[in-house]
Amino acid sequence: MTNTSTRNKVLWAVATVLVLLYALFPVASILATSFKSPSDLTSGKFLPSSGTATTSNYEQILVGDAQGLFLSALRNSIGISLIATFIAVVLATLCAYAIARLDFPGKKLILTTALAVSIFPVISIVTPLFNLWRSIGLYDTWLGLIIPYLSLTLPISIWTLAAFFRQIPWELEQAAQVDGATTWQAFRKAIVPLALPGVFTTAIIAFFIAWNDFVYGISLTSTEAARPVPAALAFFTGASQFESPTGAISAAAIIVTIPVVLLVLLFQRQIVSGLTSGAVKG
Amino acid sequence: MTSAIPAKTTTASPAEAGPRLDAGRGNGTKTGRAPKQYSDRTRAERRLGWILAGPAFVIMLLVTLYPILQAIYESLFRFRLTAPDERAFIGLENYLVILSDPVWWSGLWTTVFITVVTVLVELVLGFALALVMHKALKSVRGLLRTAILVPYGIITVVSAFAWFYAFDINSGYVNSWFAWLPGIDENLNWFAQGGTALFVIMASEIWKTTPFISLLLLAGLAQVPDELSEAAKVDGATWWEQMRKVIIPNMKAAIMVAVLFRALDAFRIFDNVFIMTNGAYGTEVLSLLAYRQSISRLEIGLGSAVSVLLFLCVLLICFVAIKLFKVDLAGTQGGR
Repeated sequence: MTNTSTRNKVLWAVATVLVLLYALFPVASILATSFKSPSDLTSGKFLPSSGTATTSNYEQILVGDAQGLFLSALRNSIGISLIATFIAVVLATLCAYAIARLDFPGKKLILTTALAVSIFPVISIVTPLFNLWRSIGLYDTWLGLIIPYLSLTLPISIWTLAAFFRQIPWELEQAAQVDGATTWQAFRKAIVPLALPGVFTTAIIAFFIAWNDFVYGISLTSTEAARPVPAALAFFTGASQFESPTGAISAAAIIVTIPVVLLVLLFQRQIVSGLTSGAVKG
Repeated sequence: MTSAIPAKTTTASPAEAGPRLDAGRGNGTKTGRAPKQYSDRTRAERRLGWILAGPAFVIMLLVTLYPILQAIYESLFRFRLTAPDERAFIGLENYLVILSDPVWWSGLWTTVFITVVTVLVELVLGFALALVMHKALKSVRGLLRTAILVPYGIITVVSAFAWFYAFDINSGYVNSWFAWLPGIDENLNWFAQGGTALFVIMASEIWKTTPFISLLLLAGLAQVPDELSEAAKVDGATWWEQMRKVIIPNMKAAIMVAVLFRALDAFRIFDNVFIMTNGAYGTEVLSLLAYRQSISRLEIGLGSAVSVLLFLCVLLICFVAIKLFKVDLAGTQGGR
């Protein structure tokens, strides 16, 4: 008996370590690369050689010659993603509230449209937008990315929030009214606290998706005015033609990964329930 | 508070949910609301519904329907941004040019190959991860779920660089680590030939997106009633029999949704290919072909036609999935 349980424990420990390795190894890999000195980059080793680990890559992108490029991209990414997330979540909250709470024709149409938009190949949208944006002056502007980002963030926000809102016992609102609260008080005190976690979770998921965009980023921007981080990373060419930007790109990659990892650490439970309730349970 | 309404009721069809809410509120005297004419109230509710949901709906149409219509229109013209004066209506000629070009077909097969392989691997790997998370001890469950979310949250481009640098002939360590394997040595340039380049591209794609499939499958696992597998165990079924006869059939819906979503996503693969090979050595996928035609070469007419064809492919996948495999998206997604 103790034998099998010991064996079981070992098996589970191994499984846990394997999952952790799977999830974290590529991150560790680029983290190690980001601390390598230029001469050490070709060593063929995973870790920086002893004594040569350096923070010069981070200095280069944060205070050095690549600073302008990276920091403006970071500013663009944060600003554009946050605004696109905010607009999507506000609109999706109204929409999902109506879907969960009110009875009106066309609900199915709205949800089907959201589904259709989310499976739309981004590249099919980008060609006509590229053309249009150039003629109306939205090319290489924040707004020129915020609008197409809504095609990424709105559908998932509507699905996720509609799923959340359906789980809210709306009867609570009436119960509060029976107890003497006004309509607004009842809504604010009974419903808002239940709805807020869902809205917040949706915002995180929408933000991840906007933050991850690459196709719009490289197609609809051309300068530091609006180019977001993923696109900037792809076009980053290093100080000179002969110097490979491996270290700098790795350092930049680690910096843009930190907020993601923090969000995941803090809101792991909510993100899982948001992702799965929107897609499976409904 | 929330426990007053069991989670299961939320899966109730909208048709049931609507009238139920209605019934509660229509009974004005009980809820203390001013009693109104039913038809008036219904009309007001319908109007409010569209006022609240309308903006999101209109924006979704504007950001997708309009561009795709525009793309269909542009695809009928010979139109290059570098030579705007030569713009001329040519009907379906762009489509003929593309469909008779081997570049399109090799792009299509590469894309299909990547889609099939990554989805199959992700399904197996994702299921294994889901099983581990499902059965894991309470003490490590949170840790595992947090770890598994890291790849989900990471930018695809960052994942692409991480895998690229690991395998790269200059900065990589994979060659020296696995030199003992036949076919791998210090001089293996993974990105100089289609097969090995595709391998790394797919590995990166799989790493980044398996967590999503895995979480969907975990949710599916959680919905399989415990009594079923208990009963099977009592009847002496082996682990494999339990899986095959009880667990998997009961989570078929979750599996189908996960597969369809991932397949559609994989079919649009772009970031990994762009970073690692930029389409060289037979790794060009359809998204990259569309990008190259319109954004790099400014061939708006041809690029639009590729975009429309790509869109049609995605529609076809959906159609096949829904008809052939009976994926009930509306049903499993709790849609109305």
